[in-house]
Amino acid sequence: MRARTTLDVSELPTFAFGHRPITWWCTWSLILIEGGMFVVLFATYFFLRTPVPDWPPGVGYPRLLWGTVNLVIILASCVPNYFQKKAAESLDLRGVRLWLGVLIVFTFAATAVRFVEFGYLNCRWDQNAYGSAVWVIMGTHLLHLFTDLLDSLVILALMTLGPVEGKRFVDVSENAVYWYFVVALWVPTYAVVYWAPRLI
Amino acid sequence: MPRRKKEEQKAAPPADATFPDAASLRATAERVLGRDPDPVSGSDDVLADEVAEEHERRALEKTWGDEPGFWGWLASTNHKTNGKRFIYTAFGFFILGGILAVLMRVQLSRPENNFLGPDLYNQVFTMHGTTMMFLFAVPVMEAVAIYVLPLMLGNRNICFPRLNAYGYWVYLFGGIMLYVAFFLNVGPDAGWFSYVPLSGPEFSPGKRVDFWAQMITFTEVSALVVATEIITTFFKMRAPGMSLNRVPVYAWSVLVMSFMVFFAMPTVALASACLIMDRLVGTHFFNPAEGGDPLLWQHLFWFFGHPEVYIIFIPGTGFVSTIISTFSRRPVFGHTALVLALVSTGFIGFGLWVHHMFAAGLPRMGESFFTGATIMIAIPSGVQIFCWLATLWGGRPQFKSPMMFVLGFFFIFVIGGMTGVMQGSVPVDLQVHDTYFVVAHFHYVLIGGAVFPLFGAFHYWFPKVTGRLLSERVGHATFWLMFVGFNLTFFPMHILGLRGMPRRVYTYQPHLGWADLNLLATAGGVLLTLGVLVFIANALRSVRAGELAGANPWGASTLEWATSSPPPAYNFLHPPTVAGRDTLWEQPEDQPVVVGLRSDVREVLVTKVLDAEPDLRTEFPESSIWPLLAALATTAMFVASIFTPWAVPVGMVPIFVTLTGWFWPSRKDAEERPPADVQEKHGERYLRLKEQES
Repeated sequence: MRARTTLDVSELPTFAFGHRPITWWCTWSLILIEGGMFVVLFATYFFLRTPVPDWPPGVGYPRLLWGTVNLVIILASCVPNYFQKKAAESLDLRGVRLWLGVLIVFTFAATAVRFVEFGYLNCRWDQNAYGSAVWVIMGTHLLHLFTDLLDSLVILALMTLGPVEGKRFVDVSENAVYWYFVVALWVPTYAVVYWAPRLI
Repeated sequence: MPRRKKEEQKAAPPADATFPDAASLRATAERVLGRDPDPVSGSDDVLADEVAEEHERRALEKTWGDEPGFWGWLASTNHKTNGKRFIYTAFGFFILGGILAVLMRVQLSRPENNFLGPDLYNQVFTMHGTTMMFLFAVPVMEAVAIYVLPLMLGNRNICFPRLNAYGYWVYLFGGIMLYVAFFLNVGPDAGWFSYVPLSGPEFSPGKRVDFWAQMITFTEVSALVVATEIITTFFKMRAPGMSLNRVPVYAWSVLVMSFMVFFAMPTVALASACLIMDRLVGTHFFNPAEGGDPLLWQHLFWFFGHPEVYIIFIPGTGFVSTIISTFSRRPVFGHTALVLALVSTGFIGFGLWVHHMFAAGLPRMGESFFTGATIMIAIPSGVQIFCWLATLWGGRPQFKSPMMFVLGFFFIFVIGGMTGVMQGSVPVDLQVHDTYFVVAHFHYVLIGGAVFPLFGAFHYWFPKVTGRLLSERVGHATFWLMFVGFNLTFFPMHILGLRGMPRRVYTYQPHLGWADLNLLATAGGVLLTLGVLVFIANALRSVRAGELAGANPWGASTLEWATSSPPPAYNFLHPPTVAGRDTLWEQPEDQPVVVGLRSDVREVLVTKVLDAEPDLRTEFPESSIWPLLAALATTAMFVASIFTPWAVPVGMVPIFVTLTGWFWPSRKDAEERPPADVQEKHGERYLRLKEQES
């Protein structure tokens, strides 16, 4: 008989959390790509800013109120997000449903407030280059809020109706990582849109 | 943790039988193997092995194979199916771009020619550049990686196979959109880098530039998803034992390419989005009257555009390292130095973009910095060249056709690199800016640095993909036609540029003295075209009547040669493990193989980042039509958004629906999965919950 050395992998687990599963790599790829895009957006903003003595040019400052409200909402959403991730990593299905539901409420609120924010930017996208940059920066972040809202809704539906299995908890955990990223994006975005005109 | 054990291989016995007695074993063997068991050499044990192996093979074929027919082809998520159609499509665009080039050469072959009018000529040179850069060069490099990388790393598919299919369809539809526009006389005409204000709403009314800008969006989406797959496959799906220091140089090269795609592509996607918004909804990013800046476009474009050159060239160097090592019959010299050179090229490549803008009147200090960086890139390139020379020097070179293309690469690329260093100097650059000297330079770099290695790679991996060898004699003829044709076409352009011939003119007057060299370039173009046609003929003939290749016709060292040619749908009956850098040259007789992966579902082995120790078993999804539907929905949104901004919110609905359909798992499959799925330490709790629910 042909003796053959083998490496038996049948006892390996089929899912894990953190950087071990490939899903984590997909999430972080998105984060790198989109984070890079925001860096370029900010660079564009300051490139347009540099030669102009009066900034914002010919328009008022964006009103702070609603942007700041959204900052609070988005930062506060880290709490349900933390518990969502923790529940997922303990394979606690009920906890996942609860905290994912709470997170969706926060995401929805942030998305709704964003639409209000546009009304208080004190500029239009077609008014001048400053307005264009501000609207595109805000719009791109809105796109992230919106994407994650839909993403979370689909995952909640799946964890409620669909076939639940181990790797679905990984999806929840990765969704939480992505939400942290969306939160982390808002802090510099808020600073650039609302404070850069006042301070720089 | 897996057990490393030395034992008689006990691959899963046939599911319908406990271990059979000798007589029934022989009967089974006859049935399964389709032949009489050999009574002399075949002991019962050997027979049992063969039967079990054949069962495994059939189970894997059933699990991993595409569904039959056209539908199955549309729904395929296999990296080889997808890689092949990606390569064919990119090659198709290469032919189209080549035809456009021939049209230009015909127009320029004599002064005051009327073959193409100025408007059509503008479209033709824009389409040529756009096609070659966005629809051929980057996609074809990714395409080869999609096919080769999982095999080279010893796994059964690429990571995120459905995303892979999606990436292909989006790319195909983007390319088709551009050509449909071109044939309807709405082809872009502002050059492949679409400088504003020429491409802005004031000077380019109509939809020509919008189609260009949206084509960028298509190809960026495609390139980014493929880059994600390549990076994850590289880090998480290597054969056990293939620690980072043992990864082949080619795999490193596509890793660096993918990271460059990550950081370069979003910039051009953003730039083209801003351009299309300026044109469609009245933003002012590039409008100086309202605080915008045309230079912003140049910065954004070249921050992508220069790394783009390396995105194309770096996988080319990966081909070169692979081919040189194989045909010098020795491990590549300076493996670590080569890898470090690739990585540092990746970094420095992002610090050069302003050398495309030396004529734009930027501050002197900035220009000096970019001159320094431009000249610095010669260091890692030089390291690579000397490592290859040392490999050749210390080996026993065999001048097979792939190797000929590599030698051609040396000659052409070194000339292109040297004219590049010349143009790093601001005064020289100002002198030759926008002349045919630049045209000559970048064709030497791109055709020398990417197309010659790519043709080498075509000749090298053709037997792996098709199971048959290309004709060597015709391969050499292809090389010589292309090599002589290339140099005849492009070398005269250096001189034309120095004599003042500008780029992108549709004709010139006879007294300028450019006629003879232009005619010579056109003659060279005919030879180059002939070379490509001979290659196509060789491929078409060899795929039917070529000599059978066998698993490893070149005696090469990397893992893709450890399986049959063409590889089965599942790549390896037993995924390999690795004991050294040049795997097939170094591995001992009894190098272990991986067993224990399920053959009834598409299960793959996920390994650890640094040392590639086995870590997880992950199940890949079935083939699916959803990626194609999602790509169609994406296409609908992108194309419609050329005409109305409302296409974006409305078009998101079908995209959302198709992506949800794609993601939603099948209940049947999930319920069939054994409870082994939850063997983590908290698994009991999850199982209890599941029981409570039911």
